[in-house]
Amino acid sequence: MFRSHVLVCGGTGCTSSNSEEIIKVLEEQLEEKGLQNEVKVVRTGCFGLCAVGPVMIVYPEGCFYSEVKVADIPEIVEEHLLKGRMVKRLLYDETVGTDTVKSLAETEFYKKQKRIALRNCGVINPESIEEYIALDGYQALAKCLSSLKPEEVIQIVKDSGLRGRGGGGFSTGLKWEFTAKTQADQKYVVCNADEGDPGAFMDRSVLEGDPHCIIEAMAICGYAIGASEGYVYVRAEYPIAVKRLEIAIKQAKELGLLGKNIFDSGFDFDLHIRLGAGAFVCGEETALMTSIEGNRGEPRPRPPYPAIKGLFGKPTTENNVETFANIPQIILHGAENFASMGTEKSKGTKVFALGGNIKNTGLVEIPMGTTLREIIEEIGGGIPNGRKFKAAQTGGPSGGCIPAHLIDTPIDYDNLSAIGCMMGSGGMIVMDDSKCMVDIARFFLDFTVDESCGKCTPCRIGTKRMLEILDKIVSGQAEMEDLDKLEELALHVKENSLCGLGQTAPNPVLSTLNFFRDEYVAHVRDKRCPAGVCKDLLTYYIDPKICIGCTLCARACPVNAITGAPKQTHVIDTDLCIKCGACMDACKKTKAVFLV
Amino acid sequence: MKTIEELNAIRERAKADMTVREDNTDVIRVVVGMATCGIAAGARPVINAFTNEIARRRLKNVSVSQTGCIGMCQYEPIVEVIEKDKEKVTYVKVTEDMVQRIVNDHLVNGNVVLEFTVGAIAK
Repeated sequence: MFRSHVLVCGGTGCTSSNSEEIIKVLEEQLEEKGLQNEVKVVRTGCFGLCAVGPVMIVYPEGCFYSEVKVADIPEIVEEHLLKGRMVKRLLYDETVGTDTVKSLAETEFYKKQKRIALRNCGVINPESIEEYIALDGYQALAKCLSSLKPEEVIQIVKDSGLRGRGGGGFSTGLKWEFTAKTQADQKYVVCNADEGDPGAFMDRSVLEGDPHCIIEAMAICGYAIGASEGYVYVRAEYPIAVKRLEIAIKQAKELGLLGKNIFDSGFDFDLHIRLGAGAFVCGEETALMTSIEGNRGEPRPRPPYPAIKGLFGKPTTENNVETFANIPQIILHGAENFASMGTEKSKGTKVFALGGNIKNTGLVEIPMGTTLREIIEEIGGGIPNGRKFKAAQTGGPSGGCIPAHLIDTPIDYDNLSAIGCMMGSGGMIVMDDSKCMVDIARFFLDFTVDESCGKCTPCRIGTKRMLEILDKIVSGQAEMEDLDKLEELALHVKENSLCGLGQTAPNPVLSTLNFFRDEYVAHVRDKRCPAGVCKDLLTYYIDPKICIGCTLCARACPVNAITGAPKQTHVIDTDLCIKCGACMDACKKTKAVFLV
Repeated sequence: MKTIEELNAIRERAKADMTVREDNTDVIRVVVGMATCGIAAGARPVINAFTNEIARRRLKNVSVSQTGCIGMCQYEPIVEVIEKDKEKVTYVKVTEDMVQRIVNDHLVNGNVVLEFTVGAIAK
């Protein structure tokens, strides 16, 4: 029996800041002190608070150490694990109480969160099926197979009000019902883990932190719709997620929780993994299925919908990772329990990957209807460096921006689409006032132009032409009528594209045009970038009244564009200047260099 | 595995191994002094004996943790039992053999083992 458990985050975030080495040294140190039979080291999935990683938590004290370095480990072992004295300097600031540590659940970051999809992330060892079972794992599957008819399972999911977490927001229960009602000799369950939005990592974290819950949910779905086989389509760029999923599938098969005649109910279910090569379009359901079939990942027209004719031409239910992650909890605790959270039309919780200009970057799960202000100012800890909040981008390249004046919007599917935004899969990029919205729109469009599969013309050519107009705008060569042309083209692409990629690609442009038109106008008419981002519209200028002739800027300039003798006013030759900003950095003390 | 009973058996077994991770403030805290003095006097076998005895009896409302030097080094190993709304009980010169009685009498049945407390021994 271990008297203490040390949980070290093994998510991708903390792994990239060396948590593997931390675990190795920790185990070595424990052995050296002869504590290996008293203290257990557990590698978990993501805790969520990636901003202060690598993180670890030591039980029974519940002591949360943040920004732990390999060099800190001997001290933690010697002081805390051997002698029982917490290492105060490594404790996460907010958990330091007067004589004991405060629970993590009381901190600003976790206080308002409600963890359903992420309930086991950072809590269990994802490579141990026993730990998953200990926290009621596979109970939901057992309940379905032993006491519920497939129709009853579907009814529960329908009643819960769960909607697709991949972005579309379609009722999950209805989706299951359509597939269940289609007659066929073979049906399939597909899990979409092809998370492609820049800055989004919700699905990865669930797969890394709690892979068994996806297996359990897919088996439940298989039972409900009458499918005996399932595929998880996960991107090859998620090696930790793939590895843990493989381990989990193997363990489930060994215990007979996958395979033939599960729980002696006559229900068979088998699961396969398919690796995606990282094409954004493969996150679109029909393209994903085409890719699983071994073909080039291109979408196909709907109808027929996958529920009628999906993978290998058979009826298929495809859900996103996070959607599946909610299923076991809904079955165990009932539809009413789930439906009691959230807003009228959006039930339950939503996971967001919080990133950008915010203090607590990381993974948060909040009840639907939480306002953007709560997410940013309370959970997220606010905007760093004394800057002001400008906008939040949700839904990645398919979504739009929520501007500062709508910060009190309760986040749910319908409120977001009402303001031209999109829930998307749940990436949320927070931007402060140093960001240029035209540049942001250009960034996302540049991404979709790269990722367009080229099958349909509106998307292939339309997005490219839009990008060219945006390039003209940020380089100061656009006319006012280009703005109208951009808007018209955007609506055209949205209306006429074949799949979700093209239909949503213009959203970042339309949304910024709607909320930040004045910035576009400043770029086009005044040839000025108000945020000071678009290089072609900037001029560096040395104020002769302030310049003391220290020569620092001239020495820093890589292209010798600055002239002036020591102790005399310096001047920038704007024809030579490459606008790198080195002079401005060099002049930090005197502050004589300005952007105009 | 073919039955829910088998699943539940795994659950109960695995759950017992994870009780140490529960965030529960309503528990009886057993705190063992484990500074240099405590360890030198034999606190480690004592804390392990407590962990094992508590696990064996599947007590859910008890947590075992360590602390630093309490200041009475001559009486180490010192074990404190802290229960909400009750006076703290301090056992001194605790050995492995005493653990079973403390767990049985005090933690399970609520009777302080007076003869092991600091009041009795430090006379």
